Amino acid sequence: MQGAIDDEDDESRADVSGEIRLPATLEGTSGPVPERAEIVIVGGGVIGLSIAYHLAKLGLHDVVVLERGYLAEGASGRNGGGVRQQWSTEINIRLMQESVELCRRFAVDLGVNVWFRQGGYLFLARNAKEVARLEKNIALQNRCGVHTRMLEPKAALDIVPELNLAGVVGASYNPSDGILFPWPFLWGYARQAAAYGVRIFTQTPVGGLDPLESGGYVVHTPRGAVRARRVINATGAWSPKLAQMIGVQIPTWPIRHEICSSEPLKPFLRPMVSELASGLYCSQSMRGEIVGGVSLPGHGSTYAMGSTLEFLATYARRLVRLMPVLGEIKILRQWAGPYDQSPDGNPILGAAPGHPDFFLACGFVGHGFMMAPIIGKLYADWLTGGTPHEIFAQSPLSRFTDGSGAQHAKEDFNIG
Amino acid sequence: MPGKIVLCRCEDVTLGDLEHTVSRGYRDIEEVKRYTGFGTGPCQGKECLAVVALQLARITGQAPSGIPPFTSRPPLAPTPLKLLAKDPGAHRFPDDLGDEEGEA
Repeated sequence: MQGAIDDEDDESRADVSGEIRLPATLEGTSGPVPERAEIVIVGGGVIGLSIAYHLAKLGLHDVVVLERGYLAEGASGRNGGGVRQQWSTEINIRLMQESVELCRRFAVDLGVNVWFRQGGYLFLARNAKEVARLEKNIALQNRCGVHTRMLEPKAALDIVPELNLAGVVGASYNPSDGILFPWPFLWGYARQAAAYGVRIFTQTPVGGLDPLESGGYVVHTPRGAVRARRVINATGAWSPKLAQMIGVQIPTWPIRHEICSSEPLKPFLRPMVSELASGLYCSQSMRGEIVGGVSLPGHGSTYAMGSTLEFLATYARRLVRLMPVLGEIKILRQWAGPYDQSPDGNPILGAAPGHPDFFLACGFVGHGFMMAPIIGKLYADWLTGGTPHEIFAQSPLSRFTDGSGAQHAKEDFNIG
Repeated sequence: MPGKIVLCRCEDVTLGDLEHTVSRGYRDIEEVKRYTGFGTGPCQGKECLAVVALQLARITGQAPSGIPPFTSRPPLAPTPLKLLAKDPGAHRFPDDLGDEEGEA
């Protein structure tokens, strides 16, 4: 069982009497929410739970997490689990170096196996323009201490012998990028946060936010209202809807991205493989499945999570061309999840202008999962009195409203 | 014995695993699916969903009718990529070079 790995003697426990020795991670589904909390985090995805865990670890335990559905119901439970440092802006590269380090320690620090595996990321280029783009990024990555290198197509075969290199003119490879299994990440954060005293309510949608004159908000739910001194919006693609409750406009929109998983195979594929031309990506999880997707243009803004044959056919066509041997493997299931798409490809962080007690953690454009370990830590450092990391000054909502505030360079490497 | 009673044969999920999962607060069938992995193997829940739902109802004291099935995912049965790759509905990228007719 996936979630049982964190228990040292699950078998004996189950066989003796079924006694429950560990506290529940989640509150029950019917009791009331507390009347007060120092911080209410809306959204039980990886960003919200990472912030909750890090806050509690730093001693701020009076935190309530409100999740509309179940943990991992949104994008946090629907992504491909990629964790890479191959980015095009210095701040994203440096943040992801720290996130990778946190991922490496996650099993020890959080007491749950997240099936993290550093098999590298291999990006394939099919024309000179793509090669130039990779080379430019590699120069920056190398300056930051990430050992990405450019490979001749033949050298890519040493890493993935199954590749069909027809049309491939170059590749970039960083051996320390990796993949993880997303769900246990949430269970680990949730369980440790709960152990510190954070209360996590699932099936608890927020129906309204009333600002208090003294600062903070009354957060309304079907299970009662919480008076919170500060509220954090960690609702991913639903961020604009929550912000709208207090009249704050967030210019992000939801984009559906589809993904699929194969039958489990014996381990053979070391890196995540991706081609820039189509946004195709695939990796082999520690469960043995080939998990991957491809970019489909033009589905517009939608919260619809349905699956399409067009996606599956496109993915199959591109993947079988790139790795013909995979033609024989069977797809078990496909699903979809929402990117929280921001206009400039960068996240939106910090307090909303004019609303000093309403904090944003949104606009992560499909890479919120890999950013969550470091973003949660930095957010908690700041909210417990630490000096804010430069990412907060560089990612204000005000850049879209009155053009004020610094912002970092446009990230152009949002793939997949 | 709960550790010896298998509910999901594809993913080796036992009754003991289910009891443990509920004890952690994961009671929604979608949460149980993710926490245990039941229903994510080759049968995609066709063999195990009803028995897990029934046991979940018993453990949590709910009526079985109150537990909806988890979202079923296409395809209906495991399907080889090479078959899907021939579907004419695939999106064509600029570098696809009109090679679709020539492919086996």
